[in-house]
Amino acid sequence: MSDTALPGSKRPAARNLFAALQLDTRLLGMIGAFVVLCLVFNVFTDGRFLTPRNIFNLTIQTVSVAIMATGMVFVIVTRHIDLSVGSLLATVAAVMAVVQTDLLAHPDVLGLGHPAIWVLALIAGICVGVAIGAFQGWMIGYLGIPAFIVTLGGLLVWRNVAWFITSGQTIGPLNETFTMLGGIGGTMGETASWVFGLLAVGIVLWLQVASRRRRASHGFPVKPVWAELALGAITTVAILGFVAILNAYHIPPARLKRMFEAVGETMPEGLEVGYGIPYSVVLLILVAVAMTVVARRTRLGRYIFATGGNPDAAELSGINTRFLTVKIFAIMGGLCALAGAVASARLGFSTNDIGTLDELRVIAAAVIGGTALAGGVGTIYGAILGALIMQSLQSGMAMVGVDAPLQNIVVGVVLVVAVLVDIIYRKRTGE
Amino acid sequence: MATPLVEMKDMCISFGGVHAVDHVTVDLFPGEVVGLLGHNGAGKSTLIKILSGAYKADSGQILINGEEAHIHSPRDARSYNIETIYQTLALADNLDAASNLFLGRELTTPFGFVDDDAMEAETRKIMGKLNPNFKKFHAPVKALSGGQRQSVAIARAVYFNAKILIMDEPTAALGVHETQMVAELIEELKKQGLGIFLISHDIHDVFALCDRLAVMKNGQLVGTAKTTDVTDDDVLGMIILGKCPPGATPGPGALVEEEAAS
Repeated sequence: MSDTALPGSKRPAARNLFAALQLDTRLLGMIGAFVVLCLVFNVFTDGRFLTPRNIFNLTIQTVSVAIMATGMVFVIVTRHIDLSVGSLLATVAAVMAVVQTDLLAHPDVLGLGHPAIWVLALIAGICVGVAIGAFQGWMIGYLGIPAFIVTLGGLLVWRNVAWFITSGQTIGPLNETFTMLGGIGGTMGETASWVFGLLAVGIVLWLQVASRRRRASHGFPVKPVWAELALGAITTVAILGFVAILNAYHIPPARLKRMFEAVGETMPEGLEVGYGIPYSVVLLILVAVAMTVVARRTRLGRYIFATGGNPDAAELSGINTRFLTVKIFAIMGGLCALAGAVASARLGFSTNDIGTLDELRVIAAAVIGGTALAGGVGTIYGAILGALIMQSLQSGMAMVGVDAPLQNIVVGVVLVVAVLVDIIYRKRTGE
Repeated sequence: MATPLVEMKDMCISFGGVHAVDHVTVDLFPGEVVGLLGHNGAGKSTLIKILSGAYKADSGQILINGEEAHIHSPRDARSYNIETIYQTLALADNLDAASNLFLGRELTTPFGFVDDDAMEAETRKIMGKLNPNFKKFHAPVKALSGGQRQSVAIARAVYFNAKILIMDEPTAALGVHETQMVAELIEELKKQGLGIFLISHDIHDVFALCDRLAVMKNGQLVGTAKTTDVTDDDVLGMIILGKCPPGATPGPGALVEEEAAS
């Protein structure tokens, strides 16, 4: 009797722990896989993988794809696909490059280096991106052409529209303020990063408390206090740890010296300054928060998921699913513009091949992040984590020195296996 | 005679040359249950989908409380307090009960955001009345049993003060106990003065629940009758042969006597 009682009583305790925390087990699994991946690479690279420098680089390399992946979640959730994102990114990057180097920088307009150039170029890019996205969405929603075909056409069209805009040339150098969106050229510095981190912690904790109060006021069951405290502690440590790592990556002394010389001062001896959070990462965080709010707290998001779960039911509930498709692809187009800004700013130029094969990376990121191609299921944070996993895998293998063909083979296999694991997981949990 | 709640006059709709609904006229009074019967493909569901806004009629007139109504979309139908429980239930399987109940009519906070907690509270209230055993408020509806899913669909229809309720095969997927629950609910709603169109294959159901019945065949109305004026066999004859018994009012689809004789 005691033989059966022991394992039987242990298990519910473990389950209760997770149940009390009410954590998404799929998210935990993904984070677990990511951590294992990082640790393995760290061992094989003799500790070079998990250095502040590499983590900093990983985050800025991920931003462009991650921004688009958040939009791809909406597209895939509604049972569509967008193969044109990489090409769309190229067109929008070309537009932004031409606007800032040719149009606005012209002496008769604003003049070279005018402080408003970056924001005007960005707005122009977003407008073009949204317009192209909405146009593709209109063809899908109102004309009934499958998204696969429309965006496959778009893949060819927009890549070569970009070519026309730039006459095949590399456009640049881009506006200096604009390039700060790219990553290493634009970081907040240590103090501002800490302030940002603390602000983020404050907001997260406040949301947690507010949510608990609201549930309690309706008389719904709430998590035990210890679980709330544990969750709060974990998020606090995670956010501040991330800030600490990015701050720990110091600006190389030679570069720092040049920066001091540029403003006519001399660098104090032995000064060390960290980069802090790149503006591109701030942009990604803002996009992620906005998209999560849209997904969870707005009618638009509710309709996106309802339409993905059962298009007929959505239609019968009075949801205009055609216009919804336009909106979703318009959002995707706008995000392509933001991603294009980050990608071109990081290079300092808009090149012809910018964003090539990004559509595959973006789709893979969304799918690895748990977005189901069958529709109705997907999360924004999952897609971002998926993008991070893809990028880590790729740069980790490059650091280890895996042959190029083998790298792609591994990425392909991981994509398929990740989806298989997700399918098995869903079957087990009955979700 | 009182004004009917709903009058559908001379409704026609065709799909690619097939007259799915062919000059059909039916009406419905407050506090009345009208059964719509007929074979698969007889046009009952199509007729009802015109009323619920899913299809647009080619011709014909819909009067609600004696006034002409223009129903071009499910949203229009809802604005006339017409609610529909579809045979397929029309639930978004990946969302929870509350999200489905309020789909298309979400409660929002003053800032315009979806107020999930308020919707859950309302859902808990109405489910407490309809189906007190319902506990899975956070599970996606695909994780629910057939009866539970049905109660979500019913809750959605009755929550928003429906005046006209359309039920398409409400008991087809249900067990004995749940069928009983639906029958009690229909009685209750009748008392509140709702008019109900009930589409069913089950003649037994129709006789138990309906005040009148209308039979369709090949898109045409065979006839209408009070359930007290006809027998099971009469109705079977109407469904299968299109033969209108003496107790019923014949429609354009009724078999003419000479034809029957030949």
